[in-house]
Amino acid sequence: MSSPEFSNPIVRWIEYRLPVFSMLHHEMHEYPTPRNLNYMWNFGSLAGFMLVVMIVSGIVLSMNYTAHVDYAFASVERIMRDVDYGWLVRYIHMNGASFFFIVVYIHIFRGLYYGSYKAPRELLWILGVVILLLMMATAFMGYVLPWGQMSFWGATVITNLFSAIPLIGENIVTWLWGGFTVDNPTLNRFFSLHFLLPFVIAGVVILHIAALHQHGSNNPLGIDIKNKGDTLPFHPYYTVKDLFGVGLLLTIFMAVVSYAPNYMGHPDNYVEANPLVTPAHIVPEWYFLPFYAILRAVPDKLGGVIAMFAAIAVLFVLPWLDRSPIRSAKFRPVYFVLFWVLLADCILLGFCGANPAEGIWVVLSRIGTVYYFAHFIILLPLLSLYERPIDLPLSISNPSPSGSNA
Amino acid sequence: MNLKSISSSLFAGIILLACSGTFSTIAVAAGAQKESACTPRELPAIPERKWSFQGIFGHYDHDSALRGFEVYKGVCASCHSLNLFAFRNLAALGATEEEIKGVAQEFEVPAAPNDDGEIVARKALPSDHFPKPYPNLKAAAAANGGAIPPDLSLIVKARADLEAHVPKILGGYMTPPAGCDIPEGRYYNAYFPGYQISMAPPLLADAVTYNDGTPATVEQMTVDINNFLAFVAEPKLEERKQTGLKVLIFLIILTVLLYLAKREVWRKVH
Ligand code: HEC
Ligand code: HEM
Repeated sequence: MSSPEFSNPIVRWIEYRLPVFSMLHHEMHEYPTPRNLNYMWNFGSLAGFMLVVMIVSGIVLSMNYTAHVDYAFASVERIMRDVDYGWLVRYIHMNGASFFFIVVYIHIFRGLYYGSYKAPRELLWILGVVILLLMMATAFMGYVLPWGQMSFWGATVITNLFSAIPLIGENIVTWLWGGFTVDNPTLNRFFSLHFLLPFVIAGVVILHIAALHQHGSNNPLGIDIKNKGDTLPFHPYYTVKDLFGVGLLLTIFMAVVSYAPNYMGHPDNYVEANPLVTPAHIVPEWYFLPFYAILRAVPDKLGGVIAMFAAIAVLFVLPWLDRSPIRSAKFRPVYFVLFWVLLADCILLGFCGANPAEGIWVVLSRIGTVYYFAHFIILLPLLSLYERPIDLPLSISNPSPSGSNA
Repeated sequence: MNLKSISSSLFAGIILLACSGTFSTIAVAAGAQKESACTPRELPAIPERKWSFQGIFGHYDHDSALRGFEVYKGVCASCHSLNLFAFRNLAALGATEEEIKGVAQEFEVPAAPNDDGEIVARKALPSDHFPKPYPNLKAAAAANGGAIPPDLSLIVKARADLEAHVPKILGGYMTPPAGCDIPEGRYYNAYFPGYQISMAPPLLADAVTYNDGTPATVEQMTVDINNFLAFVAEPKLEERKQTGLKVLIFLIILTVLLYLAKREVWRKVH
């Protein structure tokens, strides 16, 4: 591709030494984007936007936050009361975490529906799962920082899971805590890591985008770009569409921040951590509930921990479990049904995680867990063998059936 | 039957399963509590109240909250701390600087060590926090039959019932059902977990004399203390809701403009 000519002499001087302008030009004007992307494709840029929101609000919070068991709770309340617009920054950060997960979960299910994890985008997908894992670690440790009752007891329950590891489990937990209970050393290291990990996420996001730009976006039809008529330049078409998405997300986000900032939180976290008083129900943040349900569905502690991690690990190998060459669920009649059932199953698991592990919930979470794994490990491989896809269209710009399936 | 209807009925079915599970759990939980002899046969009626701080245009009823401060100061403060509250915070409820100074001066707080290294008491300043009733938690428990009166600064945000919680506790006292033994120093309260509370009914008519002459009925004091405690729990609520409205109006206009821009750019494509 030829480099564009720049007329501004300063731009030319810089470009000669550091080719940032041709790079930008390439990404904006030459990078071909499928012309048929629907609004589901907005969620990638929205996730990036939320990461920036979290980093900026987090840095401001850190300027006023004290990572010490005796002062952490009070320092967050001071942010809420005495720091100028501290309440705004704190509520943005608190609800931002929830919105980040909403956006990323939609982004992931978009990938599942349209088969975006398939060749040649396997590494792109895997980097995405790495981001999800890092986000979970970050959010878990962030929730400990305000040092409320749920902070403390959530941290205690989750770190204790590692004690299920045979032989060295107890030692690992002591090592994680930096002591014999969740205490000041734990809070300090969680703060340190909570500050660090978002920047690691930003690094992986750069790799994620590099991998994306190698083969370009997938699209709702899941077929490759055949000719120039199938594409549009990223700018202005998708820049303006992404900006509209950001506007819409910000509107909903600020409505929640302004009128229901504690809706997704837990009242117990406004009680300062007290190691002597256990809350009646210890529940994690909503975005962990399906995984929490899987953890509790297995009657054995170690088994539960393994199942919980396997629930994410299975996503890493998904590109090799689903061998069907057809990407989009639009042309896979059975996969289409399975997709919606999987989504419902994840929501069911969410309900299971929110409720006490007794009675009907134990049964439902076991069914939900078994189905979750069966979807990936049994149904998808079988489907790749037996499903009869619908005819794919000729190309993005010519939707008449091609009479072929690949 | 086509695929869309198959998948949507499966989807709906599973979600329904989850919801029915929730209801059965609630039913089981409600059933589980009925086992105790102390379960109230009938709950004391708590009037359905509309609070001024609810809703998009929500704001505190300043006069009521200031009266609530008098209730806190005159009644609750002898047992409950209010650690996150400083006298200066009353300014947000419209109290004047003079009034705030005056109230603060009614209290003494430990001063910084003097030149001889002794800590003497000084009159409180507007910047001081409201003094605690007990020097430490042990003293608090010792004075209250082993129960610690919780700090009230965040009580309105820290219980699942939110702004209904304090009125429920204050209005939940009643004679225990037959067969329910309440030990000495405990009181039967239909809304307190376990139904036994170590706080004697704190509000009796005319427990305080309001500066503005409002008759201090129990109902009046309940509303006032709750307005005050809601303010202490979320002092920036008014600022948040007012700023939020402006931000939202701005964002809605911006988003509409961005949508129009998007449509304009894409017109040639569609
Ligand atoms: C004589 C001391 C005393 C006074 C005065 C008092 N309380 Fe209490 N209060 C207590 C104690 C002790 C408890 C803890 C009860 C328990 O744990 O059984 C308590 C508990 C409470 C609770 C329940 C807290 C929870 O955990 O949900 C509320 C609400 C409350 N008080 C409000 C008030 C209000 C409002 C006032 C003033 C009108 C007041 N109290 C005055 C001693 C007092
Ligand atoms: C991936 C991005 C991030 C996520 C998902 C995240 C998540 C969270 C969560 C869930 C909380 C608890 C909020 C509460 O209940 O109060 C929190 C608190 C906090 N976070 Fe983050 N965070 C992110 C990035 C950052 C960054 C980059 C920083 C600093 C540079 C930071 C600094 C803080 C601080 C100081 C707190 C404690 C204050 C408080 O609890 O409000 N965060 N974070």
